[in-house]
Amino acid sequence: MSARVLVGVKRVIDYAVKIRVKPDNTGVVTDGVKHSMNPFCEIAVEEAVKLKEKKLIKEVVAVSCGPQQAQETIRTALAMGADRGIHVEVSGKDYDNLGPLQVSKILAALAKKEETSLIILGKQAIDDDCNQTGQMTAALLDWPQGTFASEVVLEGDKVKVIREIDGGLETVRLKMPAVITADLRLNTPRYATLPNIMKAKKKKIDVVKPGELGVDLTSHLEVLRVDEPPQRQAGMKVETVEELISRLKEAGRM
Amino acid sequence: GSIVVRVTAFGSKGLRVRFPPLAVVPFGKVLTLNRSGKNQHRFNAYLSVKKFAQERIAPLVSKMDENSAMDEAVIKDLFDQGLMGIEIDPQYGGTGASFFSSILVIEELAKVDPSVAVLCDIQNTLINTLFVKLGTEAQKECYLPRLSTEMVGSFCLSEAESGSDAFSLKTRAEKHKDYYIINGSKMWISNAEYAGVFLVMANVDPSAGYRGITCFIVDRDTEGLHIGRKENKLGLRASSTCPLNFDNVKVPESNILGKAGQGYKYAIGMLNEGRIGIAAQMVGLAQGCFDQTIPYVQQRVQFGKRIFDFQGMQHQISHVATQLEAARLLTYNAARLKEAGKPFIKEACMAKYFAAEVATLTTSKCIEWMGGVGFTKDYPIEKFYRDCKIGTIYEGTTNIQLTTISKFIDQEYNG
Repeated sequence: MSARVLVGVKRVIDYAVKIRVKPDNTGVVTDGVKHSMNPFCEIAVEEAVKLKEKKLIKEVVAVSCGPQQAQETIRTALAMGADRGIHVEVSGKDYDNLGPLQVSKILAALAKKEETSLIILGKQAIDDDCNQTGQMTAALLDWPQGTFASEVVLEGDKVKVIREIDGGLETVRLKMPAVITADLRLNTPRYATLPNIMKAKKKKIDVVKPGELGVDLTSHLEVLRVDEPPQRQAGMKVETVEELISRLKEAGRM
Repeated sequence: GSIVVRVTAFGSKGLRVRFPPLAVVPFGKVLTLNRSGKNQHRFNAYLSVKKFAQERIAPLVSKMDENSAMDEAVIKDLFDQGLMGIEIDPQYGGTGASFFSSILVIEELAKVDPSVAVLCDIQNTLINTLFVKLGTEAQKECYLPRLSTEMVGSFCLSEAESGSDAFSLKTRAEKHKDYYIINGSKMWISNAEYAGVFLVMANVDPSAGYRGITCFIVDRDTEGLHIGRKENKLGLRASSTCPLNFDNVKVPESNILGKAGQGYKYAIGMLNEGRIGIAAQMVGLAQGCFDQTIPYVQQRVQFGKRIFDFQGMQHQISHVATQLEAARLLTYNAARLKEAGKPFIKEACMAKYFAAEVATLTTSKCIEWMGGVGFTKDYPIEKFYRDCKIGTIYEGTTNIQLTTISKFIDQEYNG
């Protein structure tokens, strides 16, 4: 078992930040705004590191696509226990247009290059909520996928994934290599301890350009406009059930 | 904006589940929001410490203050996070980071709980430093690994009759063949309740005055060592502060740290550095208090506008923010001078003196800005106000700092 795991980590605006739309409605304000690792990516890293601690896999490689600052996110993954990092350098307009399709092409190319047995990603990013990258990556590689994982168990050359679905829990068994996306209850990510943060400084981060991987970053989507959600309107009090029904009918809701 | 709150609860499997931010909830769950973005780019590693402090320590702060007791889980967490052996070499199980790292960690912890910060400060800047600088290889191998991973240390200098006049201490160590018998008592000893080792300053030769002061390593379970009842304090209540009694405590000669009769030098030396740690604690305390006050001031509306929008408020807030920034820079500067091996004692005194004053100013003003709620225990502000007062007293009173600074000025201007 070569047992190398690739973990994707995305740098997103921190969940606690109050998001502001840019005055020109082309996107949200990111300058000077606190960023951190996507929470679902943290869970993905934690799962990979746990597998390594159980000696079921040999190496955890953290990957991030983006500008120079993406390396901070990789360092956090290294501080959590990943062995090395790969920074796929994407900046400027290319970065603005970077979406699941482009990222999954990059991950697919890296997976082949790095002889990967398992790709573990967060189920979605908290900025775009796409929930597509894992699925697309699996499709491009023609690998099986276990998405919304709440439990992952390695069984020889197969991996059992318990998935959270609308109706409850679904158990699937995938033949590796495979793609798994992490859901909230998969694990509780560890804090990067200060000694591990110090050690992470010495771990290697390779920098790669998408062109070197043969990936075309052209986007087939165009963002037309970004708006804030509408202001919540005040409610209305009614005295009787009859009044409620007539108001609902008036508003065209019945 | 409203006060954003992060609630940590336990999901069905007993796993900790993180929820997205909720709306306004009174204290117990109020989270500090550090709006000073510029520091974060420089000190990214400390985001992890900040996160740890806010998630693991913040929920326990109120209870620890009320019960005057540090939660053991907090102490264990500090060790697990590598925060208790910051400058200790990894060969002994430490983190191997710099003095400046210690300062940043102490500041981050103090934003959440100054009591936790002082526990971390004493361990790193006093106990560990003494062992690292003065320990024999045998002593280092015996104590440093434990100090890094599981054992808290206490520094015992002050006595009932000797605070600022530290060198008039009366605890006596009588030499016998290859051991000493220590008799006396110490007062105001932080961390005493959970310390596994005590660094005790005792005099082996009172006729030599302070040149008889010697630093002894005394293990907790040594016969004759009694830890008294902890003090019921105004602030820093979760930090245990106890009197100690030494009743014919026998320590082998090999337990002398450094050289006999040099204890006074070691104490001064360590306290010069420890002072910077306390400055960092005060800066963090002030910042933590400030961070929890401003969102309230932005949210509270009177006379049709936010109270933040009244010019009187703006001027007060800006003044406090500026003082805080100045205190921080004094602290960082002193830390950098020390790390660079340059003279730093005057700057360390200035940092500690100023930071304690700023903490007093900030917390006092924050209570005023919060109005009535600032005066209640439901909000965390009053605790910061109580906690800050010790800053002008311990590890060298403000008056001592000022006298020391003037000595340096006198020398500088003496041609």
